Amino acid sequence: MAIKVNKFKCGYCGACVGVCPPGALELVETWIEADEECTSCGICAKICPVGAIEVSR
Amino acid sequence: MKDQYDVIVVGAGPAGSIAAKTAAMKGLNVLMIEKRQEIGDPVRCAEGVSKVWLRKHIEPDHRWICADVKGSRIFSPDGTMIEMAEEIAGGEVGYVLERKTFDRALAYESAKAGAEVMVKTRATGLIIENGFVRGVRLMHLGEEKDVRSKLVIGADGVESKVGRWAGIDTSLKPADLETCAQFLMGGTGIDQNYCYFFLGNEIAPGGYIWVFPKGKDLANVGIGILGSKSGKKHAIDYLKEFVEQKFPSAKILEIDVGGVPVSGSIERTIANGLMLVGDAARQSDPITGGGIITAMEAGKIAGEVAYEAVSRNDVSVSMLEMYEKRWRQTIGLEIDNSLIVKDLFVSFTDGEINSLAHSLEGVNFSSMSLIDLLYALFKANKKLLWDLRVLFKNVVKHELDFER
Ligand SMILES: Cc1cc2nc3c(=O)[nH]c(=O)nc-3n(C[C@H](O)[C@H](O)[C@H](O)COP(=O)(O)OP(=O)(O)OC[C@H]3O[C@@H](n4cnc5c(N)ncnc54)[C@H](O)[C@@H]3O)c2cc1C
Ligand code: SF4
Ligand code: SF4
Repeated sequence: MAIKVNKFKCGYCGACVGVCPPGALELVETWIEADEECTSCGICAKICPVGAIEVSR
Repeated sequence: MKDQYDVIVVGAGPAGSIAAKTAAMKGLNVLMIEKRQEIGDPVRCAEGVSKVWLRKHIEPDHRWICADVKGSRIFSPDGTMIEMAEEIAGGEVGYVLERKTFDRALAYESAKAGAEVMVKTRATGLIIENGFVRGVRLMHLGEEKDVRSKLVIGADGVESKVGRWAGIDTSLKPADLETCAQFLMGGTGIDQNYCYFFLGNEIAPGGYIWVFPKGKDLANVGIGILGSKSGKKHAIDYLKEFVEQKFPSAKILEIDVGGVPVSGSIERTIANGLMLVGDAARQSDPITGGGIITAMEAGKIAGEVAYEAVSRNDVSVSMLEMYEKRWRQTIGLEIDNSLIVKDLFVSFTDGEINSLAHSLEGVNFSSMSLIDLLYALFKANKKLLWDLRVLFKNVVKHELDFER
């Protein structure tokens, strides 16, 4: 998994899920899960309203 | 929960609840699942809605109406104010809702109509057989289960996966999403009769800041910026700056975040055995970001088409084309027009926004029709007329209703 979601910052809004090109993210009740489809493109981190996501390349 | 339904609705927002209610009222066997444990919470909405359109779906109830708005005050980057009163402000004249209560009231309507509602129940996949969606794989309290249905309605909001599972790519590009943050604040001192909008690339690149009254001395103070302009600074950072400068002594009582699709109509919202509605179908308005009404309108159409399809025992794409056609000919036309305006709006510099505002300064809007307003705008800004020529062709062709 190449992204890290700061669960203390995240407002579980699902915006990142909506932009992820391969559909690697899932909003499960109140937290974000990422699977191995993630390509580290960084789009989710860019658009997160609160900057809760970090991508390592 | 049974093993088989006529229709399974995924997501209990406005789109899902109206779809479930409509289908259940027609006599279909309906299951609506919602992954949250509390419908409507957390809120991802500024909660503004047009009165006229709301009434088409539900009788207004004081339990979920916080404020009754008479007009809008729009501020350009240099502080020029344009005021629009009741008769002309269009979509902005209406109510400010309490979505937590409103969404539950809508879900309850669907339950009263006979739909089964299950919370803390998440769709994790679709059952697909011979190219037809035949039900939903769901998880309830950690247990996975397959539930079959003749039709599935995907009403699963901005984070929708239902469409993708059926092969419809609904992923949004950064430029097709407004990334938003909002504070519910006490003590802003705003006039509770107005919705306030603040424009400018410095304060809200590719979007705007809103202040919507929520009754007493409360207000939703929020921002949407275009996803493509987010990055170094995020929506919440811009919002904090605005609030510190504008309402330094107001108190924050709640934080809401979210994303609104502003892509305009997507290519396809149906598959064999499946319809997408609301934010899942990216049906929110690209210029205002409003999606409650369009979600309910689409939900209603989908519920009606579900009934037709199930009673004729045909859930193929050619049958469901009825849904696709009906929403595109109604809300779809307005979404397309708003997209034209949005594409132009995000290209404006602050100087251009200011000069547009100056050309409208001192105009008494309450006595003007929308056409007069546009005329006043175009008289002072010839280039605008050229940029929006497609819009006019559409308006003349379809005599669009701007009051939504
Ligand atoms: C900050 C912000 C401000 C806004 N302001 C306004 C405004 O002032 N006026 C306006 O009209 N619109 C506004 N909108 C847009 C509006 O909130 C949405 O368009 C509207 O809620 C869409 O309704 P919906 O039913 O399609 O989706 P939603 O209301 O998002 O509901 C979708 C539901 O599906 C559930 N769900 C998702 N996935 C699953 C799954 N796998 N299984 C089960 N359940 C699932 C979710 O938990 C959610 O409850 C705003 C949006 C934002 C983010
Ligand atoms: S976009 Fe940000 S705040 Fe929203 S769910 Fe994703 S990580 Fe959390
Ligand atoms: S980095 Fe790209 S691929 Fe990975 S989760 Fe984020 S948006 Fe999806």
